[in-house]
Amino acid sequence: MKLKSNIAISDNGFLFNPETGDSYTVNPVARDIIRLMQNNMTFDEIKMIIMGKYEVSDLVLDRDYHDLIRMLEIFNLTVEPHEHE
Amino acid sequence: MSMSKIKLTIGVTGLNNTDNPGPGVPVIRGIRESDFFECRIIGLAYENMEPGIYMPDLVDKTYQIPYPSSGSDALLERILEINEIEHLDLIIPNFDAELQTFMMSEKHLNQAGIKLFLPTTEQFEERHKMVLDQYGKKYGVLVPKSMSLTTLNDVAGIRDEFEYPVLVKGKYYDAYVAYNSEQVISHYNRISAKWGLPVIIQEFIRGTEVNVIALGDGHGNTMAAVPMRKQFITDKGKAWSGITIADEKMLEITRSLIKQTKWRGGMELEMIKTTAGKYYLIEINPRIPAWVYLAVGAGQNIPEALIKLALGLEIKPLETYKVGTMFIRYSYDIIGDISQFEKLSIYGEL
Repeated sequence: MKLKSNIAISDNGFLFNPETGDSYTVNPVARDIIRLMQNNMTFDEIKMIIMGKYEVSDLVLDRDYHDLIRMLEIFNLTVEPHEHE
Repeated sequence: MSMSKIKLTIGVTGLNNTDNPGPGVPVIRGIRESDFFECRIIGLAYENMEPGIYMPDLVDKTYQIPYPSSGSDALLERILEINEIEHLDLIIPNFDAELQTFMMSEKHLNQAGIKLFLPTTEQFEERHKMVLDQYGKKYGVLVPKSMSLTTLNDVAGIRDEFEYPVLVKGKYYDAYVAYNSEQVISHYNRISAKWGLPVIIQEFIRGTEVNVIALGDGHGNTMAAVPMRKQFITDKGKAWSGITIADEKMLEITRSLIKQTKWRGGMELEMIKTTAGKYYLIEINPRIPAWVYLAVGAGQNIPEALIKLALGLEIKPLETYKVGTMFIRYSYDIIGDISQFEKLSIYGEL
């Protein structure tokens, strides 16, 4: 699962989908995760960085991460790795 | 380096700017921003209260013209009378209802030195709402299923062909959603009284409303195209704000239609994008739409490009635009004086 390549996210956590004109706001943790995803990091790599930066348990981060991913999928902001955009 | 601009006198209609605005004001704003042309703008107004007449620095002069419903001859005669004084190089008509008159008078106006850049009668006719079905088949584009009602007896038949809700549309204008046959009847009566028959029933497609503004050169080439999504829609279904989007599929559909039809002039394609990613063409407006200034703001000065095409100047297609450019409409009170109104009412010009 990858973020669509044309999705832009600002320092403020403002996410813009240029294909549809839809925009979203995310909190700083989600912003960091999305940016790490954009750098093609795996879940384990992202987890390490986030846990180093924020005070969060393994369990909570797992849950919130998958929540975020699900949300991104619902809003059609992701592609499967093999999928052609 | 400064290049001297080409001086032109251009007549523009559609200066109404209510919650169902005409394209005249934004067309003029585009022309005013041209680096290529310096224009004297002659406003051609049907009503004394069209806001464009009174907006400062918009038109240089306004003349009243008779509604096309009072006959093509009356309109043409008035235009030629204005031409005697103003020596118009070009007219950009912006009303659906007047297009046919201008199209039919093109030769006559050309002889008087006035250029137009409009679709042909055939192009204009085949994209009518009543025949959108055939259009979709002919040019390979998805369109909602539709049927024409010419009497109230036809209403019962809707159930066999459609699932409610359906859209009930007027020949030229107006569209209402109906959830049952009683609502169809009520809309039918309202619409037929205003716009005549037939009344059109259209399948209701769920999805996001997206539009493209485009310009065809009459030889099959797309000279400009910008896709937009409406962000805020008024109760008349008009965009009160919108944003340019990067939608390659919409551009493909646009280029394909212009290539096949050899569309000449400005146009707007209204589409519904379904959640499954399918695009249904619901309407083609045969002129520049009222949100044209968004395209200008995003980097495609479509009014300027249209003028160049009308004059037969060589132009390169405008192929890029800034994605994420937004427009937000607003209303604004201009202070006028009764003497302006008086002048326009008595002399037919201001």
